[in-house]
Amino acid sequence: MATRIGVYFDQQNIGGGLDVAAMAEQVRGKWGDLTPVVKVMPVLAAAVEEIQADVDAAKLDGVLVCGASPRRDWDQYRFSGVQVERVNLREQCVQACKTDGSASSATLLALMAQDYVNMGVVKLQKSEVPEPAAIAGVRRILVVGGGWTGLTAAAQASQTGYEVVLVEKSPALGGKAVNMPRTSPLKAPWTSIQDSGLEAKIAGIKNDGNITVHTKATVAKLEGQPGEFTATIMVDGAEQTIPVGAVVLATGWVPMQGSYLESMGLGKLPQVTHMAEFGVMLRDGNVKARRVAFVLDTTLAEEEAAAAYARAANDEQPEAPAAKAGEQAEEELEGPVFVKEDLESYKHLRYSNTVNSVAALRMANVFCDQNNDAVQAFIIYKDMMIPGILERFYKESQNRLGIMMTKADVTAIQDAGSHVSVSCENTLLGLDFDLDVDMVVLPTGLVPTTAKDAVMQFAYRQGPDFPDLELFDGFTDSNYICFPYETRRTGVYAAGCVRQPMTMDACEEDAYGAVLKAIQCVESADHGVAVHPRSGDTSYPVFNFVRCTQCKRCTEECPFGALDDDEKGTPKPNPARCRRCGTCFGACPERVISFANYNIDQIGSMIREVQVPKDFRKEGPRILILACENDAYPALDMAGMRNKPWSPYARIIPVRCLGSVNAIWVSDAMSKGFDGVMLLGCKYGDDYQCHFIKGSEICNRRKENIAETLNRLGVEPERVDQFEVAIDEYDKVPGIIDAFVARITALGPNPFKGM
Amino acid sequence: MSNSILVVGGGFSGLTAAIEAAELGHDVYIVEKSPFLGGRVAQLSKYFPKLCPPSCGLEIQFQRIRKNPRIKFFTQAEVVGLTGQKGNYTVNVAIAPRHTAPHNVDFSFLASTLEGEATSEFELGLAKRKALYCSMPFAFPGRYVLDPAALTQSDKVKLAGNQFVNLDEAPKAVELSVGAIVVATGWKPYDVTHLSNLGAGSVKNCISNMQMERLASPFGPTAGKIVRPSDGHAPQRIAFVQCAGSRDQNHLNYCSYICCMATLKQCAYLAEQYPDAKITVYYIDLRTPGRYVKVLDKVKASPNVSFVKGKVADVVQGANDSVTLQVEDAIRGEKLTLSYDMVVLATGMQPSLAEAKLPLPVPVDEDGFIIGGEEAGIFAAGCARMPLDVMRSAQSGTAAALKAVQTVKGR
Repeated sequence: MATRIGVYFDQQNIGGGLDVAAMAEQVRGKWGDLTPVVKVMPVLAAAVEEIQADVDAAKLDGVLVCGASPRRDWDQYRFSGVQVERVNLREQCVQACKTDGSASSATLLALMAQDYVNMGVVKLQKSEVPEPAAIAGVRRILVVGGGWTGLTAAAQASQTGYEVVLVEKSPALGGKAVNMPRTSPLKAPWTSIQDSGLEAKIAGIKNDGNITVHTKATVAKLEGQPGEFTATIMVDGAEQTIPVGAVVLATGWVPMQGSYLESMGLGKLPQVTHMAEFGVMLRDGNVKARRVAFVLDTTLAEEEAAAAYARAANDEQPEAPAAKAGEQAEEELEGPVFVKEDLESYKHLRYSNTVNSVAALRMANVFCDQNNDAVQAFIIYKDMMIPGILERFYKESQNRLGIMMTKADVTAIQDAGSHVSVSCENTLLGLDFDLDVDMVVLPTGLVPTTAKDAVMQFAYRQGPDFPDLELFDGFTDSNYICFPYETRRTGVYAAGCVRQPMTMDACEEDAYGAVLKAIQCVESADHGVAVHPRSGDTSYPVFNFVRCTQCKRCTEECPFGALDDDEKGTPKPNPARCRRCGTCFGACPERVISFANYNIDQIGSMIREVQVPKDFRKEGPRILILACENDAYPALDMAGMRNKPWSPYARIIPVRCLGSVNAIWVSDAMSKGFDGVMLLGCKYGDDYQCHFIKGSEICNRRKENIAETLNRLGVEPERVDQFEVAIDEYDKVPGIIDAFVARITALGPNPFKGM
Repeated sequence: MSNSILVVGGGFSGLTAAIEAAELGHDVYIVEKSPFLGGRVAQLSKYFPKLCPPSCGLEIQFQRIRKNPRIKFFTQAEVVGLTGQKGNYTVNVAIAPRHTAPHNVDFSFLASTLEGEATSEFELGLAKRKALYCSMPFAFPGRYVLDPAALTQSDKVKLAGNQFVNLDEAPKAVELSVGAIVVATGWKPYDVTHLSNLGAGSVKNCISNMQMERLASPFGPTAGKIVRPSDGHAPQRIAFVQCAGSRDQNHLNYCSYICCMATLKQCAYLAEQYPDAKITVYYIDLRTPGRYVKVLDKVKASPNVSFVKGKVADVVQGANDSVTLQVEDAIRGEKLTLSYDMVVLATGMQPSLAEAKLPLPVPVDEDGFIIGGEEAGIFAAGCARMPLDVMRSAQSGTAAALKAVQTVKGR
């Protein structure tokens, strides 16, 4: 709670449109002892030392900088031991306030600025410096999966000074890499197959005193939080519990069911196999064939699978209701039972396109090496999917006598007595032909282990699996292009083919990255600070359990499953699992959750600080805008900067995420006399852009309830609405605001105004 | 001995490496050649496959920098010297003057009144910029830069006496102590003037894919409206020429990884603005690695986009600023001469180090990709190492951060 606040106006950045001296006078008059220092500076950035001197002399505990957007000059205003808050009087006030040069519009601008400054004072007054919730982080990384990626991760975590527990399901280390002693290129010049070096890698792990290896082992349970997880490992039938700080998930893939490739002869013709199996035959020197066709065009199988899928969808409909009723009865007795949905589908074949194109090249090379080029390998493709630097490997292979590659649509694969016949159409040779070979090798679909099983077995309130994996067809991938390692479970970082199908060189690099994130997460927990995207944030949600009614909304809605609960439903916070978005406190009807520097009362007080005029017709409506600080807020800054102003009746309050918007703020605004509330947040849906994944979507759901409540109170539900704004839609956002203001103006004043 | 890390290059890979290392507790210096951070991705309108704006992720990265005093960055800066060895390097950095105050000043009005202009590097020649400029709305740091060479005499008079402008500001030199170095010098679009069979940059309305990004960008020279640069007309027939320079041993001896996906993305831009426009994509292979095939499915579902496997043999100017292509359809074996309103060359990426040299002991291959340096505590990240998309650059930057951290840990 700031009790002695210095308020500083940056004349240079506010400009001439505002009477800054009058504003300073207003602050002095209104806040008195709370703001012992109020100054107008010609150039505030040049007066940083003076502010520091004031902090020391007047024993200030808060500094309010009124000038440019907080996104500017962040580095100028760092004062130790003081809370610093910024009031955006430039981009979102002077530059944003639509005025026409008249005296009345000058008044509207002054009112807007005054509201923002008063809101800034209250914000500081209701804010405390958070004490970080540090835990003694266990500097031990659990690596799940002992294949190529997992082995790399284990070695690298150890090399960075961390203990490692490596858990591998099968009896031996190496995973699928065991079948690839000769691998696709792993380093420059990226032209030819090479020894994988797997044996040395495994030996390195076994000789590393920092690494404990468990084979024939799986994760039976992961509980707790980053920095102090407890992993229960089932080793050869016996349980062990191990404290770990963070997890690298590298459980890789399993081959797709052969039945998806039946239409191409797999399982029907003995001469037809797929890459993973052929790789084993090659490794063991068991390939007797002289002419082998690698068929990369899988259109036949895809079409058959799509047709089968459509048939299944048709057949399914009638019996559904009966089964549902049964399930429900069971749930009532024993609580919900987790059933893993199998996410394997023919799509995994397509997603494995690059891996299979590279694998075909690799195996064709090994095949030729083994036979001194006295054999013929055909690669029949639709698109040779070798992106990037591996093109050099492709080019080099083209020059090889034993390898023949052609583009073709493969229309049939048939038994032709002593051999198999592959029918090729639309080839580059200008004619259709049937290729006779001894053996056909089809692609292998890489199905991530997480499509089949809940491999981490989280002992979390929200269940043992990663949520919403169906969005990524079972891959434990991030939806973020920019932040590929983020999963929905803090402290668990996926790497390798469980995240995406990738070649061996990419798996290695991926392992390095995941190790960094895992270590960073342990260190962050140790310092009591958040990880991505609010990295470094020391605040965390605090619960006032006395008033908690065990309604479970917070535990159910947290996008990261950070909250557990007890039998009664009382939430159990896990600060190190928390990303600090505030979705929990947005959910809470009793308002028992708060952050030291961001809470219900603080925002509510800011809302109440706005001067709402009584006369709607004469002095205009007032619109509250709760704007996501990640995307909507910068977009608003840009609009102001680009001279795209908006209604002078809008008042903007940034929020951490729309998920943190509590219904009480809307009620606060309505009882204060605001005529409408706008919620500006990120895009949601499958391609969501919300940095907290679910925040804007959850807010939209809650909005329906809020509107209903308003309706019961006799307030038109149209007074509250949510709009999706991408960060680059700054030229559109003023129009969205003005249209909303026009809608509200047409509706007339909030019926509660002045009551 | 130092446990600080130097990151050369402030594009997506460099930013990622720097921030990830700093959030693990290391002091990090970013040295960026241009006046703003963000690199190539800042020029893009949208990312594939989600068609989301790059500024969204960049904003988060910049927020992380704002909040973390461990990260220091220098713009308009270059590494000019290096002494010492792994774990204990002294780096000399030369910083060109910005000529503006070291804090945020809104120069937009002043800038608009200046007469002098120069070709905008950021807009890839599609627009001019003033002598006093910010390259884009999200420019970070959000501080104007002054290019004295572009000032006219009367501009100089106008600026004289402005307390926030210093025309006499001198270059600076700083010396940094670091234990490890990440090189994330990135890439540049392949110079189309080398592509003589594709018009060598002289055919009107034959643009590069990066120029297309600028045309589609809401803050680009046309405010996001995709029009022909020569006359501002809306294109109705558009062709994409894949592998413009890539997969060609006379130009770029590799696949540039992103061009197929970039073209599919740009088909989506066009379809949104011109639902009736006809688009043809000429390609060798359509490379849509992994789950990106879903983007191809979406574009293929459009009746207005067709894909032709074939090589474009020639690009010449047609009547009314149209572009004429000579195409060999590889499947049908036909040679065709076709006219388009606009043609987009899917130019590949060339590593920045193909021509520029760094005063660092990092070996590069004949294409300019870094192929070593690790034993010296110098690690390549992103497209300085190989052609990658943004997602894989983030992965690569994070991996390089770990290697750098391992090098300096405990020192």
